[in-house]
Amino acid sequence: MEFKDTQAIYLQIADYICEQVLLSKWQTEERLPSVRELAVLLEVNPNTVMRTCELLQQQEIIYNKRGIGYFISADAVKKIKQYKKEAFITNELPSFFRSMYLLDLDLDELKPHFEKFKKSNFN
Amino acid sequence: MINIQSLSFSYRKNKPLFDNLQLRLEAGHIYGLLGKNGAGKSTLLKQMAGLLYPDKGTCEVMGHAAAKRQPAFLREIFLVPEEFYLPRVSITRYVNTYAPFYPNFDQGAFFNYLKEFDIPRDHMLTEMSYGQKKKVLISFALATNTKVLIMDEPTNGLDIPSKSQFRKVIAAAVSEDKCIVISTHQVRDLDNLIDSIVIINDHKIIFREDVQTVTDKLSFKTVSRIEESTGVLFADSNLRGHTIITRNTGQEHSKIDMELLFNAILTNQQPIQEIFN
Repeated sequence: MEFKDTQAIYLQIADYICEQVLLSKWQTEERLPSVRELAVLLEVNPNTVMRTCELLQQQEIIYNKRGIGYFISADAVKKIKQYKKEAFITNELPSFFRSMYLLDLDLDELKPHFEKFKKSNFN
Repeated sequence: MINIQSLSFSYRKNKPLFDNLQLRLEAGHIYGLLGKNGAGKSTLLKQMAGLLYPDKGTCEVMGHAAAKRQPAFLREIFLVPEEFYLPRVSITRYVNTYAPFYPNFDQGAFFNYLKEFDIPRDHMLTEMSYGQKKKVLISFALATNTKVLIMDEPTNGLDIPSKSQFRKVIAAAVSEDKCIVISTHQVRDLDNLIDSIVIINDHKIIFREDVQTVTDKLSFKTVSRIEESTGVLFADSNLRGHTIITRNTGQEHSKIDMELLFNAILTNQQPIQEIFN
């Protein structure tokens, strides 16, 4: 995995795990690789992976079975969307809105662009 | 785990390298020891390993005075020095000779590490390149399973694929009861492994913080116009813009830039230290 320079590593690992779930590479109720396995795979400190797991547990995306490890929650997909939505609104929207404001763009003006984007990328 | 109190040391009279130096390191962490050339990184590591003695003060490791070099201390510590000598013997002979000094030595793990590093098993140590020798020594160090593992510039001389292998084996080696100390100039090789930063400068430890605490309190970012940012503690300008450190005012966590932090602390120590006190 390539890490970016912008965001703390533990958050990037959280995104990576969420993506695996959203892409159905990891199924709900499946056991996550252990903290150590993830640390080796991603070449990071196991304490960093622990921090990621604490965050995802807090968001109820994964849960801990004592002595066995972390599992992906039954409603992980819903929880991930909720978590990512919040992150998108607080982190990405402000600069997006700022550009819109500076360029005198209206929300309605963007609609056709969004529809076109959806059509060409996800159909 | 490692407790250094009021340590003073000099190689030459009236030229103190350490003056009243204090440092405490705990198990369960990978410490990155940073400092300029000649700041005393290697000397400090040698003090921890009992290879140099304090002029004043104490250096205690796992409850032992390091300088006494008691067997109970020596079998729980391993130092990978930057410059080293390996005898003219085969790998097997080397292991058979030196492994018995380490009661927790794991022979299976040792040969796994060698395989990971792509080292031929049947060569004489003296016939290997510097990088290969280093990989043998790192493999041996990890296999000893000592509580304290000290490495002086471990990624020096490693080729590009080995750096990734090195990160993998270190990530696998960390545990709750181990303390790993790594000195390095190549922070980019290791910045995702190091979880605590120790900076040595001007005869003293001037900074020692968890990476988590650092990113709780400071933000690292790249901006195109420095004027638009407030509270800039340190800035480094390049073609892409300005990489800056500011106080972290929100809940966001940025990725730590250790090189930038190091330069910031060396040039603008006081305001940054005030944030941590």
